[in-house]
Amino acid sequence: MSFPWAKHYAPSNGFTKWIDERLPLPRLVYGAVGAGYPVPRNLNYFWNFGVLAGAALGIQIITGIVLAMHYAANGGVAFDSVEHIMRDVNAGWFLRYAHANGASMFFIVVYIHIFRGLFYGSYKAPREMIWLLGVTIFLLMMATAFMGYVLPWGQMSFWGAQVITGFFSAIPVVGETIRIWLLGGFAPDDAALNRFFSLHYLLPFVIAGVIILHIWALHIPGSNNPTGVDVKGEQDTVPFHPYYTAKDGFGLGVFLFIFAALVFFAPNALGHPDNYIPANGLQTPAHIVPEWYFWPFYAILRAFTVDFLFIPAKLLGVLAMFGSILLLFFLPWLDSSPVRSSNYRPLYRIFFWLLVADIAVLGWCGGSPAEPIYVILSQICAAYYFAHFLIILPIVSRMERPQPLPNSITEAVLAKKGGTSPAHTALSGSPVPAE
Amino acid sequence: MVRAIAILIGAGFVAVLSWALFWSVEGLITEPPAATAVAEFHLHPKEVALASNGLLGTYDNRQLQRGLQVYKEVCSNCHSLKHVAFRDLTQIGYSAAQVKKFAADWGTKAKQFDPKSGDTTERPNTPADYFPTVYYPGQGNPPDLSLITKARHDGPAYVYSLLTGYGEPPAAMLKKYPDAKTPDGLYFNQYFATLNLAMPPPLAQDGQVTYLDGTKPTVKQMSADVSAFLAWAAEPNLPTRHGYGLAVLAFLAFFTLLTYGAYKNIWRDIKH
Amino acid sequence: MASGNTLEIPSQHQAPPEGEPRRRDFLSIAAVSAAGVGAIAIVVPLVNQMNPSADVLAQATTEVDLSKIEAGQGVTVFFRKQPLFVRNLTPVEIAAADKVDVKTLRDPETLAQRTRGQKNWLVTMGVCTHLGCVPQGIVSGESRGEFGGYFCPCHGSQYDTAARIRKGPAPKNLMVPDYTFTSATTISVGTKA
Repeated sequence: MSFPWAKHYAPSNGFTKWIDERLPLPRLVYGAVGAGYPVPRNLNYFWNFGVLAGAALGIQIITGIVLAMHYAANGGVAFDSVEHIMRDVNAGWFLRYAHANGASMFFIVVYIHIFRGLFYGSYKAPREMIWLLGVTIFLLMMATAFMGYVLPWGQMSFWGAQVITGFFSAIPVVGETIRIWLLGGFAPDDAALNRFFSLHYLLPFVIAGVIILHIWALHIPGSNNPTGVDVKGEQDTVPFHPYYTAKDGFGLGVFLFIFAALVFFAPNALGHPDNYIPANGLQTPAHIVPEWYFWPFYAILRAFTVDFLFIPAKLLGVLAMFGSILLLFFLPWLDSSPVRSSNYRPLYRIFFWLLVADIAVLGWCGGSPAEPIYVILSQICAAYYFAHFLIILPIVSRMERPQPLPNSITEAVLAKKGGTSPAHTALSGSPVPAE
Repeated sequence: MVRAIAILIGAGFVAVLSWALFWSVEGLITEPPAATAVAEFHLHPKEVALASNGLLGTYDNRQLQRGLQVYKEVCSNCHSLKHVAFRDLTQIGYSAAQVKKFAADWGTKAKQFDPKSGDTTERPNTPADYFPTVYYPGQGNPPDLSLITKARHDGPAYVYSLLTGYGEPPAAMLKKYPDAKTPDGLYFNQYFATLNLAMPPPLAQDGQVTYLDGTKPTVKQMSADVSAFLAWAAEPNLPTRHGYGLAVLAFLAFFTLLTYGAYKNIWRDIKH
Repeated sequence: MASGNTLEIPSQHQAPPEGEPRRRDFLSIAAVSAAGVGAIAIVVPLVNQMNPSADVLAQATTEVDLSKIEAGQGVTVFFRKQPLFVRNLTPVEIAAADKVDVKTLRDPETLAQRTRGQKNWLVTMGVCTHLGCVPQGIVSGESRGEFGGYFCPCHGSQYDTAARIRKGPAPKNLMVPDYTFTSATTISVGTKA
C-alpha cells in the first residue's frame, strides 16, 4: 500500500492475535476493504458500481449452484427440467428468475462501471493493469452469459448457439473444423449443451479469481476519483470502512430494490418469448436476437453487409465485432492526455457523450429486425464507434487544452461546498467554458 | 506508434463501413422495401381484462375453471398441455378428490410400457400424471399450450385476440395485394403473424360449451376464459410471486432507508 | 483559486470515546441488523429448494393390486423410489410367526401388530434396517435365511416370516409403512389409516 498514513491492523484480542500470526486473513481483508484502505473522500455514486458488480457475481454464483442441483444438461430434457424448476421445485421460480434477471443486472452495473472508467480516465497510468484485467473480466462475462443462455434449450438458446458458433466458421480454411470442434457435432446438441453447462459452471469462478487480481491491482495506486487528481495527503482520503462500506451499503439497497422489482413483477421483461418454445433445429425464429446486453455488438456484426476487396462480409463482421471489444485493451495507450477526468477535458467530454449515445443507438439497432433503416443506422454508428476509439481519441488527446485542475482533492471538495471558486463547479459535471 | 497504427486501422474500419453504407443507401433508393400485406394488416393483440393483468394481478379461480372446461372440451382435441399435472388443478380451487376423478375420467389415457412384454398398455390418469400428450396427424402443428402465453408477446391478450380474430380478408387488402389471398386449408386472422393459419376457428359460435356456473358462453367469454386458464397454466406461481414481491420490496425500501440514514450519519462531518 | 490558500483540514477521525455510541449510531446498527434479517430470510428458499419437489411428493402414495398374489408368493413394487415387499403368507408361515415368544425378540412386535387386520398380508419396506440393502427372499428361489423370511446378503441379517429381525446386525424389524385397504384386494401405501 502506497499511502503511509494507511491504518494498520491491530488484533483486538488473544484469539484474533493467534489467527493473525498463523493466517493473516483478517489483516488482508482489513487492508483491502476495511479501515486500512484509504480512499479519496470525493467519490461520487458512480464509484458504487464496482462493489455492486461483485454483489451481482455473488448472486449469480449462489443462485446458479442451486439451479444446477435441478437442471439436466441433455437436449431431450433440458427444457423440461427448467419447467420442472419453475413449477415443482420449492421456490424454483424465484431462483430461476433471480438467476436470469441477475445476469441482466450484472451487465447493467458492469456497463455503468466501464463508462465511469472511461469518463474519469480510470484506465490511465498508473492504473492500466486494472483496466486490462477489467476488460478480461468483461470478456469472460460475455462467454459465461452466452453459454448460460443456451442452457434452457429454447428456440433462442438453440439458434443463439448456432449463430455464435457460426462466427468461427468465418475464419478462413479451418473455420468449419473449429466450429464442429466447439459444438462436438454438426449442430448444437447434447455434446454442446453439456460442455456449455460445464464451462458455464466453471467460468464464474475464473471471473472471481480475475476480480481478486483486479482489486489487488487497484490497491497499488489506490482508487481514482472524480477530479482525476492524485491523492496528496491524508486529508484527501477517508478509510474505506466505515465511510465507503456505509455508502456501498446504501448502493446495495437501491440495487437490490430494482433487482427485486424485476424478479417479482417483470421477470420476463428482458427475456425473449421465443425462449419459451422448445429448441427446434428445423425452424428458425422470425427474428433471432441475442440478450439485450449483446445488442450493440450484434449491430456491429450486422453492419458489415458487403465484401471488401478480397475479404468476405461475414469475416469482416466477425473481426469487427471481436475488434470492438479487443480494442479496449489498447485504450490506455490510445489516449495520451495527461488529464484523467473528463470534467477538465471540454472537447473529449463531448465525444464521450456522443459515444454513449452511439452505443445506445447501436443497441437499439441490434435488438431490431435486420431492416434497411436499422442496417444503415448500424453502419453509421459502428463507424463512429471505431472512429471514436481509434481516430478521435488519439487526436483529441493531443490537441485538446484541458481546463485547470484543482491543486488537490480537498481543495476541489471545499471549493464545491463553499462555492468560492467558480472554476471548480466543473466538478458537478456541468460543462464550464475554459477560463 | 500505437496511435499511428490505431488511426490506420480505424480508418480501415470506417472505409469498409462507408463502402457498406453506400450500398445500403443505394439499395434503399433503387429498391425500396416493398410494402407487404403483413406489414399493413397484421394487428397487435387487443386488450382483454383479466384478473392476472397488472403488477398486482392474481387469478380468478371461477374463470380458470371455466377456461379449463373450454380447454377440455375444445382445445385438448389437438393441443397438449404437457407441463401441467392434474395435481396442479388443486391450485385453481378443486379438491383432491375432484382432481382424482377428473384425472381418471380424462379421455386420453396414460401410456405405460411393460419392459418384460414390450407392450404399451393404457391406464387411467392419476393426479400425479401430467396432461397426456395429444398426437395430431392432421395438417398443421398444434403447439403445446402449457407455455403459450409466455411464448408470445402479450400472451393472454394474443390468445384472446387470435380466438376472436377470425374473419374474411378485408376487400381493401385483396385489392391492394392480390397475392395475399388466403391459401386453401388456411384461415384468415389478422392477429396471426402471417395472417393465415392452419387452425380453423375453434370457438365458432356462442354456447359451444355449457358452463356449469351459469355464465353465458359467448365466444368472447369462452375466449377470455381459456386465455385466463392458459395464463395460469404458463405461470401458476404468479399470485405467490406478486405476494412475496410486495413483502420483499417493502423490506428492501425499509432497508435502503436505514442504509441511507447510516451513510449520511457516518459522513456527516466529512465534506465530499 | 481563492479557497486554495485557506484549506480547512476537516477533523474526520474524531471518533467518540470508547464504549460510547454516537447519538445516531443506532442507524448503523439498525441497517446492519436489517441486513442480517434479510440474509436469514434469503437462506430459506436456498435451503428449501433441496426438499422434495411437488412432483416427487405427488408420487408419495402407491396403489398395489393384491388379487394376483397367491398364498406363499410375494411381489416387489416401487414405493417412494424404494422396494416394497408385499407377501401373502401361508397358514404355516403365520403359525410360525405367531409361535415365537415376542419377549425374546430384538424388536418385539407380533404379526398382528405388523399387519392391518388381515394377518396373511405382510407389507414391509424391502430395505434392511442395518445399512439399507435390499434383502433376498421375495423372489422365489432366493435364500430366505434360517427363519424362512428374508435374508440380507450384505451383512447377514436374517428376518423371520413376519419380517422381524432374528439374527445379524440389523437393529429393527423391516419397516411397515402406512397403508390402508381401499378395497378387499387393493391397498394404498403411503396413506395413513
